[in-house]
Amino acid sequence: MNTSIDYLAVVPEVASQGPISAWGLLRLRQQLERGLPLTARPWQTLAEQTGLTEQEVMTAVDQWQAQGLIKRLGLVVKHRTLGYTANAMVVWNVPDRWVTSVGESVAGAPFVTLCYQRPRRLPDWPYNLFCMIHGVDRNRVLSQIDHLIADKHLQDFPHSVLFSTKAYRQRGGRYVSHD
Amino acid sequence: MRLDSTDKQLINLYQRDLPVCERPYLEMSRQLGISEGEVIDRLQALQSDQVVSRVGPVFEHRRAGASLLAAVAAPEEQMDLVAARINRAPGVNHNYAREHTYNLWFVMTAPDEDTLDERLDELEHQLRLPMLRLPMVEGYHIDLGFDIDWEALP
Repeated sequence: MNTSIDYLAVVPEVASQGPISAWGLLRLRQQLERGLPLTARPWQTLAEQTGLTEQEVMTAVDQWQAQGLIKRLGLVVKHRTLGYTANAMVVWNVPDRWVTSVGESVAGAPFVTLCYQRPRRLPDWPYNLFCMIHGVDRNRVLSQIDHLIADKHLQDFPHSVLFSTKAYRQRGGRYVSHD
Repeated sequence: MRLDSTDKQLINLYQRDLPVCERPYLEMSRQLGISEGEVIDRLQALQSDQVVSRVGPVFEHRRAGASLLAAVAAPEEQMDLVAARINRAPGVNHNYAREHTYNLWFVMTAPDEDTLDERLDELEHQLRLPMLRLPMVEGYHIDLGFDIDWEALP
């Protein structure tokens, strides 16, 4: 895991235009964490907010996408509002030597939206593999979990299902901007 | 809020790959067969009705800064109070009640690991509740831009 984080991050290089202001880029990231303006020329609006040019803003976003700092650009849906109210976090205790292969296998199930490994915190928390299922109906999600256990041969691993009952907050990460 | 077929198509087509050009909403409007102004109006309505939280980039959390999943076991009758305290801490972007002894699960973000640790120490001290700190070790699949199953929705 890469723990060294340069939070100005991956400054785009624009050979033809010369360097882009690092301060402007930081402001751009702060603005982007709140979403794209709903104006006819959103990149121009961001340019005015950050002191960059529209072209610099678009170049930075293109490069951040190419470099993987931005992994998706588009509508961020609030699934709960749409009716995805049966959202389960399923956790397993998988022996360390198998966790990667089991994780990759669980991640392949079409209804699994997130899947990752996290550390155990013994004795309070024995689970190291997490997956999320965003569903509409609780019973259907429970049967999907049963199928997952059967298909991926997870019967021997202790597990727990944590349905969410309330969202107190749900929004995009604010890494470089303030609340 | 009732979504019509155009709203659904807007969501189906643009959870990813939003065009990066001078007038992205104009380009989207051509795909959808409506005007640029209507795309903007619909996006505004979807945002104010909480169907869409924002139009925008989703940052790769490992490259964007530091983040961590944490959980506390709050006394049942104090759930709302503890959740509100968690939400007041800087950088909290997700916070859910879940059916477990550890009943409040939240994600905290920060510019770097040191700041994140300080924020968590401060919050743990305020709450007077032991906190599970569960950084990601390895991601196998992370995509909340999945296709919406409109037929299954109520």
